[in-house]
Amino acid sequence: MSMIEFKDVEKYYGDFHALKDINLKIDAGETVVLIGPSGSGKSTLIRTVNGLEEIQEGQLLVDGFDLHDPKTDMNKIRKNVGMVFQHFNLYNNKTVLENIMLAPRLVLKRDEEENKKLAMALLERVGLADKANNMPSALSGGQKQRVAIARSLAMKPKCLLFDEPTSALDPEMIGDVLKVMREIAEDSDMTMLVVTHEMGFAKAVADRVIFMADGQILEDSSTEQFFKEPSNDRAKKFLSQVANH
Amino acid sequence: MMIFDHYRSLFISGFGYTIAASLIALVASLVLGTFFALLQLSKKRAWAALGNAYVQFFRNVPLLIITLFFYLAVAKVIKMTGFVAGTVALSLYTSAFIAESVRAGILAIDKGQMEGALANGLSYGQAMSRIVLPQAFKVAIPSLGNQFINLVKNSSILAFVGGLDLMYQGNLVAASSFDTFTSYIIVGLFYLLLTLPLSYGMQYLEERLQESR
Repeated sequence: MSMIEFKDVEKYYGDFHALKDINLKIDAGETVVLIGPSGSGKSTLIRTVNGLEEIQEGQLLVDGFDLHDPKTDMNKIRKNVGMVFQHFNLYNNKTVLENIMLAPRLVLKRDEEENKKLAMALLERVGLADKANNMPSALSGGQKQRVAIARSLAMKPKCLLFDEPTSALDPEMIGDVLKVMREIAEDSDMTMLVVTHEMGFAKAVADRVIFMADGQILEDSSTEQFFKEPSNDRAKKFLSQVANH
Repeated sequence: MMIFDHYRSLFISGFGYTIAASLIALVASLVLGTFFALLQLSKKRAWAALGNAYVQFFRNVPLLIITLFFYLAVAKVIKMTGFVAGTVALSLYTSAFIAESVRAGILAIDKGQMEGALANGLSYGQAMSRIVLPQAFKVAIPSLGNQFINLVKNSSILAFVGGLDLMYQGNLVAASSFDTFTSYIIVGLFYLLLTLPLSYGMQYLEERLQESR
């Protein structure tokens, strides 16, 4: 069953054509990495999946809901589709623990005791149980991102979106975050769509790699195929440039 | 000080009305101002235009005109005393400025806070009330403080419509004692009794928030 399906999707920012004729199917449980040069529309594409960006034409089905239909309740989709941002977007006015507990409490009406137990277990999992009562401002970038991942997981989503989760981090922080993401990909049957420049992560974890440029999907191949011999010339060039530094 | 002793009950009563009008208008203008700030920021153009029209109107009409409008025109349809007319006018007038402060506060909060909350499954209302507004008010505190101090001083508008406030009583005392100078000095001191603590309180709050940042 497909978790995410784009059918002839077009997205404009005013006159700018940000997504061109996107057709893409991601099955439940798949881990898909989206790569491409900056400005290629990767982030725009991933942000359409939970409705942070609207599409102008075509059909976008997420978890069976049609996002282009104005009658669709976006909150129902977002309950099941988590997102991890480049700049973390932790709630600055809440403690780490409250960051994780807030949405399950308000949206899922999860029992308070169970909520706290699960939140602490998740903090344990990302190695930050000792930071539960800190404010986000007291954390490093890598710690913030791991809390953000825990916050998303607390909703027990069917699908997780990662929008350049390591791009704003210091190099020594990246490993811990990638490790957590890798564990999620390997240990759960969650669908993962990841925009990243981390080729090592893509190689190790992704089932498929999608290459975008200028708002178009230029290549959609299995990970093995993509890193061995991409069929698209721009993908080839991109890969050699990324590999060279 | 003989004047004060002689007219003590008038001053005290006026002081009470001024406090009452200020408190009511403070709460009302904060609620209305926040509401219209949110309206102005609505994605629906018609709502945003309505919010903007409200703010522009009440911000750009003299408080005295609004007060007289309620006292002379609206009071013909809905019975109200000068105190009520003045307090309503004061609330509406101040709410326009508060809306601008709150709006600026909301705009100062990183867009990521709203996006993070929405992506997390919160509704727009939940995200606004739990995440964005608490942070926006923090940012807006210095400017809200100014509005509150202005509000207390502006409550003297009630005197024009028989609002029984401090200024109104001051006018009475001045007229009957013939000592205008002392009468208004006393009135001024009473206003300071309200505005100075408010002013210092806001300053204190601001400093504490600076530290916590």
